[in-house]
Amino acid sequence: MTLPLAAAAIALIVIALYAVFGGADFGGGVWDLLASGPRREAQRDTISNAIGPVWESNHVWLIFLIVVMFTCFPPAFADLMTYLNAPLTLALIGIVLRGAAFVFRNYASDSPAMARNWTITFGIASILAPFFLGDAAGAVAAGDYAWLSPFAFSVGLFAVALFAQVAAVFLLQETPRGRLRDDFRRRAIRGTVAVWVVGLLPATLARSVAPQFFAALTSLAAATAIAIAVLLGIAAMVLVARGNDQLARVAVGAEVVAVLGGWFGAQAPAIVPGRWTIDAAAASPPMLQAFLIATLCGAVVLIPSLVLLFAVFKGPISSR
Amino acid sequence: MDHVIAARAQMGTSLAFHIVFAAMGVGLPLLVLIAEGMWLRTKRRAYYDLARTWSKGMAILFAVGAVSGTVLSFELGLLWPTFMKYAGGIIGLPFSLEGFAFFIEAIFIGLYLYGWERLSPRAHWLTAWPIAISGAISAGFVTTANAWMNMPTGFRIVDGKVVDVQPLVAMFSPPWLVEVVHTTVAAYVVTGFGAAAVCAFALLRRSADERRDQVLAGLRIAMAVALVAIPLQMVVGDVIARFDAEHEPAKFASLEALRTTQRYAPITIGGIVDPQTYEERFGIVVPGALSVLVAFDPRAQVTGLDRIAPADRPPVPIVHYSFDTMVGTASLLLAVALAWALFALRRWTMPRWLYAAIAVSGPLSVVTLEAGWFVTEFGRQPWVARGLLRTSDAVTIAPGLDVQFYAFSFLYVILALTCWWLLARVGGKAHGGERSSLAPSTS
Repeated sequence: MTLPLAAAAIALIVIALYAVFGGADFGGGVWDLLASGPRREAQRDTISNAIGPVWESNHVWLIFLIVVMFTCFPPAFADLMTYLNAPLTLALIGIVLRGAAFVFRNYASDSPAMARNWTITFGIASILAPFFLGDAAGAVAAGDYAWLSPFAFSVGLFAVALFAQVAAVFLLQETPRGRLRDDFRRRAIRGTVAVWVVGLLPATLARSVAPQFFAALTSLAAATAIAIAVLLGIAAMVLVARGNDQLARVAVGAEVVAVLGGWFGAQAPAIVPGRWTIDAAAASPPMLQAFLIATLCGAVVLIPSLVLLFAVFKGPISSR
Repeated sequence: MDHVIAARAQMGTSLAFHIVFAAMGVGLPLLVLIAEGMWLRTKRRAYYDLARTWSKGMAILFAVGAVSGTVLSFELGLLWPTFMKYAGGIIGLPFSLEGFAFFIEAIFIGLYLYGWERLSPRAHWLTAWPIAISGAISAGFVTTANAWMNMPTGFRIVDGKVVDVQPLVAMFSPPWLVEVVHTTVAAYVVTGFGAAAVCAFALLRRSADERRDQVLAGLRIAMAVALVAIPLQMVVGDVIARFDAEHEPAKFASLEALRTTQRYAPITIGGIVDPQTYEERFGIVVPGALSVLVAFDPRAQVTGLDRIAPADRPPVPIVHYSFDTMVGTASLLLAVALAWALFALRRWTMPRWLYAAIAVSGPLSVVTLEAGWFVTEFGRQPWVARGLLRTSDAVTIAPGLDVQFYAFSFLYVILALTCWWLLARVGGKAHGGERSSLAPSTS
């Protein structure tokens, strides 16, 4: 494996981890906004408790992605940041408001008016951020940076739906068995259906708007990844319906990875189709080497710490 | 608004906002660590309550620090893509390492804040260590990047292209060590005085009467940290000044608004600087002092602004006033810390004026921090990386920067106000005995 390819692989892993774990947090915000019924407050508490201990570390994947990009692929990073300035700024505002609102709400719980304002902010920001991140991803995939296009918007919507689905499935294990868990079970199934419906949009639009991307999507590697994603989605729904929540969690996580695999498969080896390939954008070999060594050393500290965090807070509810 | 000005205003606002939270993110975990450690040793309830109160503040401040830091990592590219195109592949290493340090911080802050009931007291206390350590380390890594911007090393430029990149040489550019120590200690100065000020304010208002033990314990710990940090900071600052005199003459001449290169160079305290001629009026002039400061010799020659090409000169008045503000406020902070130490060591009853002075020293330390940051950032202008790339050449071509600037400024105002309001409640509740209502609910 060449150095640029190794760096790109790390970038992909980071994107995947952010999409699964950060995505679940975003989706939690969506369900927080849509919390309803007699157990509305209990739903919000569940979401709050699930996100609380882990959101800061889930969020770091995004910062790390930015660092990987400007360290390893500086000209492509400069290009993306220049031409996608607007959607990334909007996503950024969403990310800032979401993080701040989450903590502010938690610590303002004795002032209902304040808590309500920040709850609404948290929910809206949790939609805004993934929408514009997805939108930017769509504009990259199409290779034209047209972030205001229907195609880019459809990818944004798809990201919101996908994260909502992941969150609902993830939340199942965060609630005691009973009505509350059934609430999230219904949401998980609704989310899955939403992913299929909304997922048809970019697929259809790509055909006419981004023909190159569509052609690439239908290539063997990309098409296989997408087929796997669809199968995993179905599997997740069956598992949710049958109450096998732990396996369902694994299935939706894998589904997100497969969706991303389809995207990367479609545009590899380009970072931005028609503009930057992995090799053309790569930093100098000494920098890439230094980065890879730093990442290996960092991983040695990071992985056990992450395992500890998730072991303490994310085990099955009965073991806590 | 002018494009470059809008970009600089946005970056400047973001940094000025973030730096306060980043500093607290480094310093507060140390205070929490000490407080909880004291509880484990003495089993006195006051220390436990103190650790819990401070950790609530830590949660709020860390979260705002994390999101405002995210803004900065994006803004590097959103505002200065040309800079990142060149610099990313040279100075990316400390940022990558900082990424991991920040990761550790975020993981353990989750464990700490939500682990009170789930971990044994000792294990819980141990989770505070990685927060304190990685917080300091991540501030250090980021500062090495700033040091590189002041003295870019570890690469060559051939035909406009960056070649021969040496990531470690770039990371450990000549000023790295002094800058890292200065920044890290600044965090303990601000947090020490900041936390002490909250306690002193509560004692003044007598709102702390019910929880007097807790508040007095908090004041002691915070002032002890400040007392160690502030003299150390002044020594390090002196080392940096001499480093700048040798390696960054433009910055150094601006600090002192030194017009002409001369022997027996004076230090001018205060005064008003003419932005065109750099003539200084109304200041207190100490003849020869600058030469002594630089080389311990009044006859030593000090480079003045006349040796710097006009296009390469920083905005002298801003740098000079910031420098005077930093040194002046730091001296006041030192005086407060020493006065406290005197009263504490002699076991004299603390008078109200001392509490008032400590209460004022909190905001004052923030002024010192910001002024110090102004000195280093404005002192580097007009370069984003000195001698390599001008700020005006690094800016993005993307439109709408003025709208972005207003949007983010508005956002920061909201965040700052809410933060303030919440911290005031955390402080107030802690003294009113309603601790549990402010703890994040855990299942």
